[in-house]
Amino acid sequence: MITLTVNGQAHQVDVDPDTPLLYVLRNDLALNGAKFGCGLGQCGACTVLIDDKPVCSCLMPVSALGARRVRTLEGLHADGRPGPLPAAFEAEQAAQCGYCIAGMIVRAQALLEHNPRPTEEEVRNHLAPNLCRCGTHMRILRAVRRAAEAMGGGVRDVAEQP
Amino acid sequence: MRLAVGIALVCAALVAAAVAFAWHPEIDKISPPLAVSFDRSLVAQGQDLARLGNCAGCHTSEPSKPLAGGRPLETPFGKVFVSNITPHADHGIGTWSRAAFGRAMRRGILRDGTHLYPAFPYEHFTHATDDQLDALYAWLMTRRPIANQVPATKLAGLYGFRPLVAGWNLLYLEQGPLERDRSKSDEWNRGRVLVEGLGHCGGCHTPRNRFGAEDKARAYDGAWTEGWYAPPLNAHSPAVQPWTAQELHTYLRTGLAPHHAAAAGPMGGVTRALSQVPDEDVRAISTYVASLMADAPARRQEPPQPVDRLAVAQQQHPEAAALYAGSCALCHEPGAPMMQQGRPRLAWGTPLHEDNSHDTVRIIMKGLASPAGAAGPTMPAYADLLDDRQVQEIAAYLRTRFTDKPAWSDVQAAVAEARK
Repeated sequence: MITLTVNGQAHQVDVDPDTPLLYVLRNDLALNGAKFGCGLGQCGACTVLIDDKPVCSCLMPVSALGARRVRTLEGLHADGRPGPLPAAFEAEQAAQCGYCIAGMIVRAQALLEHNPRPTEEEVRNHLAPNLCRCGTHMRILRAVRRAAEAMGGGVRDVAEQP
Repeated sequence: MRLAVGIALVCAALVAAAVAFAWHPEIDKISPPLAVSFDRSLVAQGQDLARLGNCAGCHTSEPSKPLAGGRPLETPFGKVFVSNITPHADHGIGTWSRAAFGRAMRRGILRDGTHLYPAFPYEHFTHATDDQLDALYAWLMTRRPIANQVPATKLAGLYGFRPLVAGWNLLYLEQGPLERDRSKSDEWNRGRVLVEGLGHCGGCHTPRNRFGAEDKARAYDGAWTEGWYAPPLNAHSPAVQPWTAQELHTYLRTGLAPHHAAAAGPMGGVTRALSQVPDEDVRAISTYVASLMADAPARRQEPPQPVDRLAVAQQQHPEAAALYAGSCALCHEPGAPMMQQGRPRLAWGTPLHEDNSHDTVRIIMKGLASPAGAAGPTMPAYADLLDDRQVQEIAAYLRTRFTDKPAWSDVQAAVAEARK
């Protein structure tokens, strides 16, 4: 049995030690926010937070977690209501097919927790590992901006120096 | 009395000689030349040369401010801030004439007569030809001027006294273009000028002496740069498969050699730059570098079979075996989807065969950018996925499984350093 803490709750699962965290989240814990995209750490659809850092859960053998805390998209909701980031993505209608969005939200959450007032360039660089094939990038950027403002910060536009 | 006068005169003469040697006149400012005053084909050649020399590798700190400098280079003597080489009149080299530019490249003297520190590799650039410098000057002077004020470099103690660099130059600077070696092909000679000159490969691959000069007796023996180990490019190459001119060409052009490894660390930027220059230049570089490695072990023996000591590795590092299965095997195990795309097998990976674990550890923790061009697979960074002990375990497992070399003793330190 392997013990892991997800969204503040301890769970015990009976799986092989090299099972990816993503499979445990989806198959054993019914947390379906994180998506299986490529399974190779190339697309970011499975992004979760481990000790506040965004990582691809498909690359994380569940036995390697130890005492580290996992947070998923579901953990960004409180009392059944969406937190600032999911709410902003909804308000901006940032999803088209929606497959990448859970990963985008979770990765953006890590940025805003760490840096409440990032520059537009920092947001773009931070989200770069996550792929979106529908092309809703501009809406995603607007949603992150909206969320940053709702959280008391904002996204800075830095004028390029001449 | 006469003796005292004599000693004083000799001292004065020595000081005068030193001053004469260390002092260089200011070269008059010019008004920044108009971009249209340069021949466009010359500018285009200059762009190729700037890529061959990877100027942007040091001089571009932020992508939005190309060539505007500002980054501190960590040297054993202190932080050297990289200059702004955009043609900005106040903050860059906008008021530099071709002569001032040539003197900086050949002798390491700024337009105002100040000595540059040899962190700027003028010990290589001195070998550039006049034509190359003409083209590079034309390219630089037609870039966008950027008003970026770079912090002044202030080295501690004696090193802060720049005229001392004159002594360094006397000892280590071999000025001027290289003599052609008539016993070698045109391509080899062309490669040599690029590698020893603007390409400044030795800047990373040759170890330095205690005064920061490249140790010519140990040329291309492998050296440390920004926490990475730049492997030997000579008979000491640890590669298991031979580095032929063809394999080098593929590597330098794409950032990936199917029988060696992907370009990591500072070499990633070098290969991205080389993917955009004329092919004959990269062929010439490959021919020359392959000749440096003619006596490497891999070139002298039969092609080896890949090592895969799976059982031994599993037995010695059982925890790492599970970590490898969950984190690495998806791409790296023979038969994995990524391996169908011509990726090098881990058994061929040069970093695993180096005497130290730094490159292996850094690649695991920091990942690899996609090879030349923006598209293509990347290796994700594992620094946030695995803790220090887990990275150590995996590095040890890989060394045991895919090489027949002794275990590394420096893994713990390498992980701690990469974590900083």
